[in-house]
Amino acid sequence: MTSTTAPPSQTTENEEPQAAPPAPRRRRTWFPYLILLPALVLELLIHIVPMVTGFWMSFVELTKFFIRRWTEAPFVGLENYSIAVDINTPVGQGLLNSFLVTLAFTLLVVGISWGLGMAAAVALQRSFRGRAIFRTLFLIPYALPLYAAVITWNFMLQRDTGVVNHVLVDQLHVMDSAPFWLIGGKAFTSVVVVAIWRMWPFAFLMFMAGLQSIPEELYEASALDGASPLRQWRNVTLPMLGAVNRTLLLVMFLWVFNDFNTPYVLFGTAQPAAGDLISFHIYNASFLSWDFGTGSAMSVLLLAFLLIVTLVYLFITQRKEKRNA
Amino acid sequence: MRETNGEKIFRVVVLVVLTVFVVVPLYVMATTSLKPLGDVQSSFSWIPSKLTIQPFIEMWSTVPLARYFMNSLIVTVVATGFSVMVAILAAYAVSRWRFRGRGPFMTTVLSTQMFPGVLFLLPLYIIFVNIDTSFGVPLVGTRLGLIITYLTFSLPFSIWMLAGYFDGIPRELDDAGKVDGASNLGILLRIILPAARPGIVAVAIYAFMTAWGEVLFASVMTTETSRTLAVGLRQYATQTNVYWNQILAASLVVSVPVVVGFLLLQKNFVAGLTAGAVK
Repeated sequence: MTSTTAPPSQTTENEEPQAAPPAPRRRRTWFPYLILLPALVLELLIHIVPMVTGFWMSFVELTKFFIRRWTEAPFVGLENYSIAVDINTPVGQGLLNSFLVTLAFTLLVVGISWGLGMAAAVALQRSFRGRAIFRTLFLIPYALPLYAAVITWNFMLQRDTGVVNHVLVDQLHVMDSAPFWLIGGKAFTSVVVVAIWRMWPFAFLMFMAGLQSIPEELYEASALDGASPLRQWRNVTLPMLGAVNRTLLLVMFLWVFNDFNTPYVLFGTAQPAAGDLISFHIYNASFLSWDFGTGSAMSVLLLAFLLIVTLVYLFITQRKEKRNA
Repeated sequence: MRETNGEKIFRVVVLVVLTVFVVVPLYVMATTSLKPLGDVQSSFSWIPSKLTIQPFIEMWSTVPLARYFMNSLIVTVVATGFSVMVAILAAYAVSRWRFRGRGPFMTTVLSTQMFPGVLFLLPLYIIFVNIDTSFGVPLVGTRLGLIITYLTFSLPFSIWMLAGYFDGIPRELDDAGKVDGASNLGILLRIILPAARPGIVAVAIYAFMTAWGEVLFASVMTTETSRTLAVGLRQYATQTNVYWNQILAASLVVSVPVVVGFLLLQKNFVAGLTAGAVK
């Protein structure tokens, strides 16, 4: 994540390393390392070492026969990978299906959340009576613990007792018979809607924070030029939110693509094929079949995919930034 | 600037649509928690046939909710406290010193945000088992294991946000403190921390919400005695009857502290984002 590597600072980033710290503190260089130590140890223990171990696990045959003696698991090279990507087998097909479902899920959730968040932030940009109430209300889905929100949606989507079928079938009569929302093909719609409900307030929050730093004069100037509100949005708001946008889109993409919690709480262990998101798919492939080698190989492939997307994204956005500068 | 009609229509439409979208689930949650069991077992009705607080009483005995609640509270509060402390120290180092390895440290820490949880779930479990058997530190299925895990989850974002916040505090203040004979730690405690209050509050909210809402690791790394709300609420569904009114009553109760806290402190959160993430 190069764009976020250097924390935004008041001083320019190309400053000489020696120029930044005040002179007396340069001599005792052990101090920054000392106070960095707790964070370093925790990151190593919880993130880095497990990740490296997971990488190693993807090259061994870690089935239920070896889980108790996992250090003795035989090395199988790339076999786990070839099992995971062989689309002529049910395992490979399942992974491919899950990948495509997740891709569609991510594009829809990120895109729509972005749109709703932007619309709400712009609609609340101008101050009016009651604005604070809307701001607060719109943040509630984000503040709610995920499982509490998803459990509520699970109840709403129940076939016989839920509010969704009550409205669609009994009140609006858009459907003749009550469909199942949590199993079968409609499960995809359900998980997308629930994920958007959770995600869009985050986009709203970020845009709201970003809009505060746009000087009012910019709008006044463009209004004098006779720009319509839509043009103002395109020529002032959107460019001024550029930095927020770049971070937000990447963060939302990574979160949504890795989302495990939403499908897990919404569907339980009976994951419908149409809502088979990839994190959950890998979890099931590992823990239900007790084949952690193949599960790890799938995770590594997922990580590689996310890494490539991230690098390409950063490359493109930074080149654009340089061109504009 | 005057508001055009187009803008007004846009605003009303956006606000109405989003309000309905946001409010319906909240309304369902709140009203269902006040319905008698008969209501939630038949077709949905917008208005409860009768209001009862029975679900809020019975939910404590259907499953050991109080225990889950305590577990969640202990794990979350301790994890948040330590996470904020560790993040403050790391952010101070990153913000005030250009030491060797600073860049790689930040890159590595931030890139952990990209890791799929499923990739390190099992390795972490195995590592905890090994630490448990070799050093006798009980990390498996305990609150301690969960605390250490959760406090690390919120670290990357917290360090990044706080470093941005600290950068905004003028170094001249540090130097003034130095002249008065303050140590590095003294400068942090007496100059940086008071000036960075909103950022610290924002980070604490973030850490609290992360730990309170986490599901994946809680579902694998807890046992019956250390189970948190994220997993515990599922227990209602394993009963012979699905007590939807009690489930939603419990969901409401576990949400209130977080939502109220977040809404009260949201200004800090926005300020923290503006200083750290958005610039």
